[in-house]
Amino acid sequence: MLLETKIRASDHSIIPRVCAIDSEKIESKKNVSSDSNDKKLWAELIRKVETLKDTSAFEELFNHFAPRVKAFLMKSGADPQMAEECSQEVMATVWRKAHLFDPSRASASTWIFTIARNKKIDAIRKQNRPEPEQLYPDQDYEPDQESVVELQQETERLTLALGELPEKQRVLVEKAYLGELSHSEIAEITGLPLGTIKSRIRLALEKLRHSMM
Amino acid sequence: MKKHDIKHHLSKELLLAYSAGQLEEGFSLAIATHISMCDQCRAELESLEAMGGAVFENLEPNEIDVDAFAKTLALIDETPEEIKVKSKGSGLPEPLADYVGCDLDDIDWRPIGMGVKQKILVNSEKVSARLLYIPAGTAVPEHSHKGREVTLVLKGAFKDEIDYFGPGDIELADGDTNHTPVASDEEDCICLAVTDAPLKFNKLIHKIAQPFLKI
Repeated sequence: MLLETKIRASDHSIIPRVCAIDSEKIESKKNVSSDSNDKKLWAELIRKVETLKDTSAFEELFNHFAPRVKAFLMKSGADPQMAEECSQEVMATVWRKAHLFDPSRASASTWIFTIARNKKIDAIRKQNRPEPEQLYPDQDYEPDQESVVELQQETERLTLALGELPEKQRVLVEKAYLGELSHSEIAEITGLPLGTIKSRIRLALEKLRHSMM
Repeated sequence: MKKHDIKHHLSKELLLAYSAGQLEEGFSLAIATHISMCDQCRAELESLEAMGGAVFENLEPNEIDVDAFAKTLALIDETPEEIKVKSKGSGLPEPLADYVGCDLDDIDWRPIGMGVKQKILVNSEKVSARLLYIPAGTAVPEHSHKGREVTLVLKGAFKDEIDYFGPGDIELADGDTNHTPVASDEEDCICLAVTDAPLKFNKLIHKIAQPFLKI
């Protein structure tokens, strides 16, 4: 659409590793914590991929997410070779669509999950997937840091809350997202703890809409 | 599409199935179109996707090929940036415009009786999605459903035994619903109707005509 830049994806090869120092810092921080700092860092790495075409930032994302994308696709019914190829394609999409990632509305895991899910529909189920209209903010729109931090923390809490659901319910939720439930079985899933994250996303959407006026 | 206070939204079940990638194409089209018009459901969808992200993050990672990263970089190098061409069909939400491919005024409608016209957009074995054009004040013949029906108003409004539905509103019906939607008197009504089984019209003449009309 309108704001798609015409920069060829291959431009990463002509830009040197501008952020080597930053990446090292991230590496050392990452090793000590697995709290919301991490989620925030993944979001920063995607930003670096977008703005700097930074391959070392991309490699960190790749090492964490590609094995999960492959696991997701295999659990969704792909054979190992197809899952391998599709996970590479998913990660290539992460690079190409980094400008569409909005950290005030989604964590890196959430965003990459949606790309993997779409790949599953396309490659495994061989169906078209109509997608909602993308929201394109003004080019200079930046979500404020507070919203970003809050959303990332809320995602962290949601991940914990998933672990605290009653066993039967948690298994149903996992199966639903891994494609093992039919539509009518999905109706059995109730009471997901989404209230807070939903209102955060709602606020972020309002701010974004305001910037689009 | 003009903003209007949307009163009838998507069900949690439909949104969950859509966020998990479990819906048929025709239903997904109605969901994606409604979300393009409704930030409340967009927030709901994105929070369900956050749940999917949590499930995804907790997966046991799978071993990947040693050269996977190099191959991915090569893939990035060889594929040019996608430039999405905006579909024709101004005035329609983007996902729907992709299917219609022209302006509302230029659609090649097929009459299905009593002034009502249709344009089939998706017709798979299990699910069909169509646009319905209902002249102001006209009723869509009374029908019931063997399966699910999702109806999304795009223009104008209709009312039936259940409520009044304006632009952006969604009506969900299942096998038990028997209804006669009537377009409001002010304006012709255009809606997107998705069904997962053929509609059942309740009068004999419509039953006879049904196989020919592809309803």
